[in-house]
Amino acid sequence: MRLPIDTFRLPNGLFVTLSEDHTAPLVAVNLWYHVGSANERAGRTGFAHLFEHMLFQGSANVAANEHFELVQRAGGTLNGSTWLDRTNYFETVPSNQLALALWLEADRMGRLLPAMTQQKLDTQRDVVKNERRWSVDNQPYGTWWEKLPELAFPPDHPFHHSLIGSMEDLTEASLEDVAQFFATYYTPDNAVLSIAGDFEPGDARRLVEEYFGPIPRGTGRPPLPTMDLPPTFGSWRREVVTDAVMLPRLYLAFRSPVFGSTEYYAASVTGAVLGMRRGSRLYRTLVRERQIASEATAFTFDLPKGSDLLVVDVTARPGVEADILEREVATEIDALQASGVESAEVERAVALIETDFVTSMQAAGERADKLSLFATYFGDPSLLNEQVDRYRGVTADQVNAFVRSRLGPDNRVSLLYVPREEEMEREEAANLAATGV
Amino acid sequence: MTVADTVSRPTPGPSRDYRFPAFERLTLANELSLIVAPVSKLPIATVVVLVDAGAAADPEGREGVALLMARTLAEGTERSDGALLAERFERLGTALDSTADWDSATVRITVTTERLPAALTLLAEVIREPSFPEREVERLKQERLAELLQQRTEPRGLADDMFGKFAYAAGSRYALPDGGTESTVESVDRDTVRAFYEARYSPSSTTIIVVGDVTADQARVMVADAFGSWVGRTVKPIAVVDRPATTTRMVHVVGKPDAPQSELRVGHVGVPRLHPEYFSIVVMNAILGGLFSSRINLNLREAHAYTYGAFSSFDWRRAAGPFMVSTAVQSDVTGAAVREILLEIDKLRVSGVTDAELTLATSYLDGVFPIRFESTTAIATALASLVSYGLPDDYFDTYRSRIRSVTADHVLQAAREHLRPDALQIVAVGDPAVVREPLEELKVGPILIYDAEGRPAS
Repeated sequence: MRLPIDTFRLPNGLFVTLSEDHTAPLVAVNLWYHVGSANERAGRTGFAHLFEHMLFQGSANVAANEHFELVQRAGGTLNGSTWLDRTNYFETVPSNQLALALWLEADRMGRLLPAMTQQKLDTQRDVVKNERRWSVDNQPYGTWWEKLPELAFPPDHPFHHSLIGSMEDLTEASLEDVAQFFATYYTPDNAVLSIAGDFEPGDARRLVEEYFGPIPRGTGRPPLPTMDLPPTFGSWRREVVTDAVMLPRLYLAFRSPVFGSTEYYAASVTGAVLGMRRGSRLYRTLVRERQIASEATAFTFDLPKGSDLLVVDVTARPGVEADILEREVATEIDALQASGVESAEVERAVALIETDFVTSMQAAGERADKLSLFATYFGDPSLLNEQVDRYRGVTADQVNAFVRSRLGPDNRVSLLYVPREEEMEREEAANLAATGV
Repeated sequence: MTVADTVSRPTPGPSRDYRFPAFERLTLANELSLIVAPVSKLPIATVVVLVDAGAAADPEGREGVALLMARTLAEGTERSDGALLAERFERLGTALDSTADWDSATVRITVTTERLPAALTLLAEVIREPSFPEREVERLKQERLAELLQQRTEPRGLADDMFGKFAYAAGSRYALPDGGTESTVESVDRDTVRAFYEARYSPSSTTIIVVGDVTADQARVMVADAFGSWVGRTVKPIAVVDRPATTTRMVHVVGKPDAPQSELRVGHVGVPRLHPEYFSIVVMNAILGGLFSSRINLNLREAHAYTYGAFSSFDWRRAAGPFMVSTAVQSDVTGAAVREILLEIDKLRVSGVTDAELTLATSYLDGVFPIRFESTTAIATALASLVSYGLPDDYFDTYRSRIRSVTADHVLQAAREHLRPDALQIVAVGDPAVVREPLEELKVGPILIYDAEGRPAS
C-alpha cells in the first residue's frame, strides 16, 4: 500500500500536503497547528484547549457555531482536538464541498479576532470546566491523565502540566490571552494543511492559494525551553492515589525513545508485545493464567521531542489488593527483562500493528491527519508510506535492546489507584495494631 | 476594510454520484446465509459472523448469558485452548472481536486479503467447535462481575442501566442491562452457556458477511469450504416484552455523593426499528438532539454552558428500545437543565420545526451518507443491520431519497406521537444533597432516591 503524496508551500509559509483517492465522492481537510499545552505560559494551564473551543465560535465572516452548522448542512463531519504539542481541526465533506471546508478554515486562520467576545469566552470557559468534570473529576481513574505527566516530566518541562487545565487557570483566561495566542501560534507558517480524497490537484491548489494566500506570515513562535531529558528516570517514582474507584489500577510508565526514531519502533512493538490484544504477555499471564487482573493494555504517547512514554495500564480483579497488583506487574516486567522476547512475539505484534494501520488508512480523515502529523513533526509527509516497513524491520534483538535499557527499576514511574474503601480498611487495621486493641 | 474580508462564501459544484457498495446474497445448502460486498480500495477484508443470539434471547433469570457466550467463543475450541486460539488469530494480524447486542451476537475480524482464507478457516473452528472450557467461562463471568462493580463509580454506564430499570416493566428483558446483573450473571455456568449455544447457534440462524478486496466467487468458495458442512437445528424466534414500567412521569435520583456533575437521562420507551415512520423520527431526533446544532445541545451547552454536550437518541432494536436525552451537567444546575430539556421537548411538539432546521437535518443525513461507509467494517456492520432487522435489500439505495422526502409536517407528527412528556422518566445519577431540592421545586413528578445499586434509599 502506497498513498500518492504531493506537497507545496505558499509564500506565507503554509505547508500543504495532498493525497488523491477517487474511490468515493468525499474529501478530508485537516489542519495541524504546531501548538499545544506545551506552549502555555505559567498560570494558563488548559488554555490551548480552551482556545480550540473558541475556534468554533465564529470568525469575521462566520457566526458563532455556524462553522458546525455549515459543515453539517453540507453533509460533512468535523471536530478538533488538542494534544501536548499540537492542535488539529478537521472536516470530511462530500467532494463538491471542498471549497467550503477550505474557506471556513481560512476565515478562522486569517480573521478570527473580530468575532471574539467576552460572552463567548465566558460560555466556552464554563463548557470546558464541564468537560473537565466529565472526563477527569467525575470519572473513575480520570485524574491519571494529569497525574502521570506530572510525575513523568520535571516541573519546568513543557509536558509536565495539565492539558485540560486547572479550574483556577481556566477562570483567569482573558480575551487578551486569546488575541495573543492567536497572533503567536495561529499563523500559516506554524500550520500544515492536508487534503485527502476525491479532488483535482489543480482545483485544490487554486482554492488554497485564493483562501490562504492573503493571510500574513507570523513573526515566529517563541522557543520552548529545552525538552531534552536523560534516557531514564534514574529511579522508580511512585505515587499512590486513593480515589472513588472500586478496583485498584496501576499505570506504570517508562521513559522511551522519541516518536519517529529507529528505537521508537522497537518501543512501540514492545508495547504491543506486552499489552496489545489477548495474545499479549500481560493479558496471557495476568488476566488469563493467574487471574490477577481484569484488564491489561500498553501504549506509547508518541511524543516526538524530549522523551516519549511507554505506559502499561493494568486493572485488578476483585479481591486482588493494590500492592499485590503492583508487585505482580513488576514481576512480569522483570521477567521480560531477564528472558527477553522471542521472535514469534515480535511477529505477532507487527502483524497486528500492520493490519490496524492499513485498516485506519481507509478513512480519508485518518489519511489527512497522519499526513499532517508527519509533515508537522518531520517536514516529510511521505514518511506515512514508510510506516509499515519501519515496523516490519523491527527485530527481536532491537526489542530486547530496548527492553534491557529501558524497562528496569531505574526507569519507572507509577500511579497506583487504591479504592477509598480498601484504604480505609487498611488504616483501621493499622490503628488497631498501633493501639493494641 | 481589507480585501480579504470580502471573500464571499463558496457555493458547491454538482455532487458526484455515490452508491452503497453492491452486494450479493446467497444461501448454502445447510441454510447458512452469505453476503459478499467486493470493495477493492485497500488489500483487506472484514468478516462479520452474525448470529440470531442476542441478549433478547437470554433465558429468564440467566440474563447475561448471550454476552458471555459470545465472549466464550474466543476462549477455546476442540482443537485449541484460548491462549493458542488468540495466538493463531493474532499471528495472522487479526484479533477476534466477539460480542452480543440486544438482537444479535457478532463475531468480527479484519485481516489482510492474503491471510483471509486462513483466518476464515480459523473463524469457522471458533463458531462450529467451541469447547466452553469451565475455567475460562468462570473467568469471563468474574470479569463481567468486575465490570458491574466498576460501574458503581462510573456514572455514565450506571445512568444508562438505571434508565432501563426505571423505564421498562419488571419482567421485560430491556429492564436489565444487556450483559445481565450481578445476581443473574452469578447464576450462569458452563452448562447454561453451552445450552444457549445449542439453542441459538446454527447455520440457519447465522449470516456470514464478507466485505473487502475479494470477488463474490472467491468469498463463496472460501465460506463454503469453511462452513458448508456445519449442521444445526432450527432456532426459535424471540419476542421481547417492551412494556413501560409506568405511565406516570417520575424523577429517580441515584446517589453518587459529592459528584461534581449529574448524569441525566430523560426519556421513555420508544418504537421498534421497523416502525413505518422511522425516517420522520430520525429527522425529528436530529433536530431535537441528534446534531451538534440541535436544539438541546445549543440550549444546554452553547446558551447555558451547563454541560460539555447534550444529545438525544432513539435506541433502535427489534422491539421498542428507549428514546432518551443524555447529558452530564454540573451538579448545581441539575434542576435548571431538566427544566430546559422538558421545555425543548414541549416546544417541538407544540410549534414544530423551521425550514432551516428541517433542511439542516435532511441535508446532513443525506450528504453524510457516503462518509459513513468509508471502511470495510462500517459496510459490514451496515449489512449486518439489514439482516438483524429484516430490512429490504434496496434499503441503502433508497435511504437518501427517503430522508429527503421528510417534511416539516412529518416531523411535527412524529414529535407529537413519539415524544410523550407525561411518560418521561427523569434519571439523575448525582449528589442527592445538592440535586434533590431543585428537582422537587420543578414539580414535574414524584421523586425517588436510590443507592448506586438501585435500591431505594431514604
